[in-house]
Amino acid sequence: MIGEVFTWLNDPAHWKDTRFDTGIATQLAAHVRFCAFALLVALIIALPLGLVIGHTGRGKWLIAAANTLRALPTVGVLVLLTVIIAPHFYGRTDTGYLIPTEIVLIVLAIPSILSNTFAGVENVDPAVRDAAEGMGMTGKQVLLKVELPCSLPLIFSGFRSATLQVIATATIASYLPLGGLGRFIYDGLAQQDFPQMIGGGVLVAALALVADLLLYLVQRYTVSRGLTGRFSKKRLPDPRLASVTQAEVAAI
Amino acid sequence: MTALATSSSSSPLHFWGYFMDHRSTDLSWLWSHTWLSVVPVVIGLLVALPLGWLARRYRFVYPPLISLTGLIYTIPSIALFVLIPPLFGLKSLDPKQVPIALTLYSIALLVRVVADGLASVSEDTVQAATAIGFKPLGRFFRVELPIAVPVITAGLRVALVANVSIVAVSGTIGMSNLGQLFTLGFQNSTTGPYYPPIVLGIVLCVLLALVLDRIVIILNTLLTPWRKAVRS
Repeated sequence: MIGEVFTWLNDPAHWKDTRFDTGIATQLAAHVRFCAFALLVALIIALPLGLVIGHTGRGKWLIAAANTLRALPTVGVLVLLTVIIAPHFYGRTDTGYLIPTEIVLIVLAIPSILSNTFAGVENVDPAVRDAAEGMGMTGKQVLLKVELPCSLPLIFSGFRSATLQVIATATIASYLPLGGLGRFIYDGLAQQDFPQMIGGGVLVAALALVADLLLYLVQRYTVSRGLTGRFSKKRLPDPRLASVTQAEVAAI
Repeated sequence: MTALATSSSSSPLHFWGYFMDHRSTDLSWLWSHTWLSVVPVVIGLLVALPLGWLARRYRFVYPPLISLTGLIYTIPSIALFVLIPPLFGLKSLDPKQVPIALTLYSIALLVRVVADGLASVSEDTVQAATAIGFKPLGRFFRVELPIAVPVITAGLRVALVANVSIVAVSGTIGMSNLGQLFTLGFQNSTTGPYYPPIVLGIVLCVLLALVLDRIVIILNTLLTPWRKAVRS
């Protein structure tokens, strides 16, 4: 079976578009496009919001509210929105499936980025903040020149887990008739063409690993070396547990 | 499939009537959904405890173990589902592939949680326990593990809530659980939106996640009676 999967992936005919089939290259580009757009929008919404809530300490209920969104089953919300929105679009366009998918992807990416940004700003050493204020920095300068750089490691881990969730859910969107790498998984399933299905799984897994690696490299070269642990031994909290805050762990 | 969609109303609020009409199917899906969400986390915890202890006891094990489990956690759920059969020598659509994938995810999440939880036990406490005569094994089970419980239960909550959502994903490749309600709703919406099964699926998934979350919180309170004593 593994040999057949490699044969499927190695066949150049599967990579190019034909009159009947969309090739791997096109679907990969589509997948990356959906994900990048959703992540960009989520970042524009969640990053400033998280910074402001962390800096002022006001509006913490928003973090809790965003975290309860995680209990929603993504497939269910995806199907519900599609059923509501798709019938309003006619003709040979995938807009009716694209809009609900992008909404779900954005809503999915926001909690990770928001709660990690908030946790990052909140975990900045108070002594550092005091020092910045003592030097005469304004509130805005403290936020952008001290708190933001100091919280970058946590912001990055939040953004990385958001990226992974978005790539995973964009795959499931192929279950509704939308393009992307998930197409191969669901088409392979429908046609009982298992090499195609498993090949699609390999492609999605590879995309996720490469995306995470790229973000890791960006993180390595943007985060100050004083924070990365190459100089200090301080260990960061597990970003995947950001939905359960440290205060909550102490309280339960 | 069409026989299942005979309920009169397609209003979103009709989900309760829909549930009553298809009680036995829906309950069996809820039941299998619950098992698929809980059992992998329990197995994952049983595997993660010794691994986490190892990562804590021998520091050089920690970095490679965290990288490996992080790698597993990076793979999207639907991809992991279809990759399990060739790797484990199963048939391409085997019901076992879902619990195996979820167990891998749970192990990947909980190993780091257990290791970090054990690391949160203060060195003074460990030394005090050794000084009053605890052997390493007894100290682990009676001192270090109980103190690490709040961190571990935080990990269990995240793992359970994530599992409920991932199990629903496996419904899209035909596994029988609450995810089937979404497939059903989607297939019956060709002429117009047919909301009841979709809304019912979302409601049941959210309720299941909330109930499991609450159970873990209660377990945590029962396992850490000293916290209550301190607070009151």
